Amino acid sequence: MSSNSLEIVGAPGLKRRAKILVAKIGLDGHDRGAKVIARALKEYGFEVVYIGIRQTPEMIAKAAVQEDVDIIGISIHSGAHMVLIPELIEHLKRLNAEDIKVIVGGIIPWEDAQRLKSMGVSEVFTPDTPIEVIVEKINKLLAGKNVEQK
Amino acid sequence: MSKNNIDTLLYRALNGDIRAISKLLTIIEFPADHDIETISSIMRNLMNRGGKAHIIGVTGSPGVGKSTLISKLISLFRDRNERVAVLSIDPSSPFTLGSFMGNRIRMQSHSLDPNVFIRSTATRGVTGGLSPSSVLLIEAFDGLGFDKIIIESVGVGQTDVDIINVSHTVINVLMPGAGDEIQAMKAGIMEIGDIYVVNKSDKPEADLVYRQLTEIIRSSKYKSKYGWVPKVVKVSSIMGHGISELGDIIDEHRKFLIDRGSFSDIIIHRRVYSVELILKYIIEEKIRKDLKKDGSDILDKVVSGNIDPYTASLTIYNKLAKTC
Repeated sequence: MSSNSLEIVGAPGLKRRAKILVAKIGLDGHDRGAKVIARALKEYGFEVVYIGIRQTPEMIAKAAVQEDVDIIGISIHSGAHMVLIPELIEHLKRLNAEDIKVIVGGIIPWEDAQRLKSMGVSEVFTPDTPIEVIVEKINKLLAGKNVEQK
Repeated sequence: MSKNNIDTLLYRALNGDIRAISKLLTIIEFPADHDIETISSIMRNLMNRGGKAHIIGVTGSPGVGKSTLISKLISLFRDRNERVAVLSIDPSSPFTLGSFMGNRIRMQSHSLDPNVFIRSTATRGVTGGLSPSSVLLIEAFDGLGFDKIIIESVGVGQTDVDIINVSHTVINVLMPGAGDEIQAMKAGIMEIGDIYVVNKSDKPEADLVYRQLTEIIRSSKYKSKYGWVPKVVKVSSIMGHGISELGDIIDEHRKFLIDRGSFSDIIIHRRVYSVELILKYIIEEKIRKDLKKDGSDILDKVVSGNIDPYTASLTIYNKLAKTC
């Protein structure tokens, strides 16, 4: 964030800002992490669409396409990531939307994280990741896209 | 964008390709990212096809249940095989311009339906309930052939009445326990509804709010626009009560407007208003940018008390009017 002083900023003009969809995938009600991240991203100046818990891969992919987000942030603590995340990526391909980047946060073993990345996941964050690191990685993913970012 | 690319994108979008519709909407939502020819050629194409959709504005304070109600309305319209678009507006942070958009969460049960298109958008520093982008998106949805376009305004305060300028039917959502009849007697938001929904009717005091509203409307000298007498309906979105009654009133209102020829008058008003809204926004931006740059000497005098804000504003206005 540019400063901690609560200065009212002007309107951002009719230019695009980075847009991120945050969702919990599958049968997993542990949404505190997802809410913390979604709210933090708002405070860093991102436009966040939060769709909450119990979302199927297809529901997430279709919502992301309708919202035309740059990034999908998935939170998962159920252990089903090796099944559900590849399904999400498959649905994005089917919708001709592979360019939407997928990042995952949750209890993900290191080996699984490597496999997810080889399948097309851009970043995997474990629970100890500071929000500043997540924002920095997101900004790297957005580099080259025509969006205003923090 | 090249003319070829625009034509292809329009062709795909008009044939219902979700990805193409979405990309088209993004171009329109952020017109300043593109050259004016791209925007004008897309908008001209869509606006020539438009003018058929029934635009329903849903407004009300934060937390009264607008999104959940809309989800129920989507189901109702889908049962009649109508195509539904939803434009859901949430606030931007005045400090970081970030936004936490949480309306869609209530409508996710429709996410697999190819005939329901939901788009969330942020206010981006604009007050009044609508952003300049939103009026362009409404025209786009209309041109893309949606039968119903539901506009969910940002959770509003007492004077955020912009939604009346773009909607055929304004639904003002209220709930019990949020103030007595004195609130209902005030000017502003309490005057703009074609339909007043007392939501959360499963809660205590819903009957009281219903009776107060009915009495206030009955005794009002002014009827809603075009001579329609506003209706009050009790709804519990969660329990599913009152939804079909609300659906009947929405139909009745649409028929009323069409019979009187007012349906197309509202479209004319909407398009004129859209220009007004965008123009106002552009001028406000110019003031914001130029004031500190060009008006610093006058501002200094205001700060030191040598010029009053009224005189200063007029002086600056005259200066700006010359450069515009």
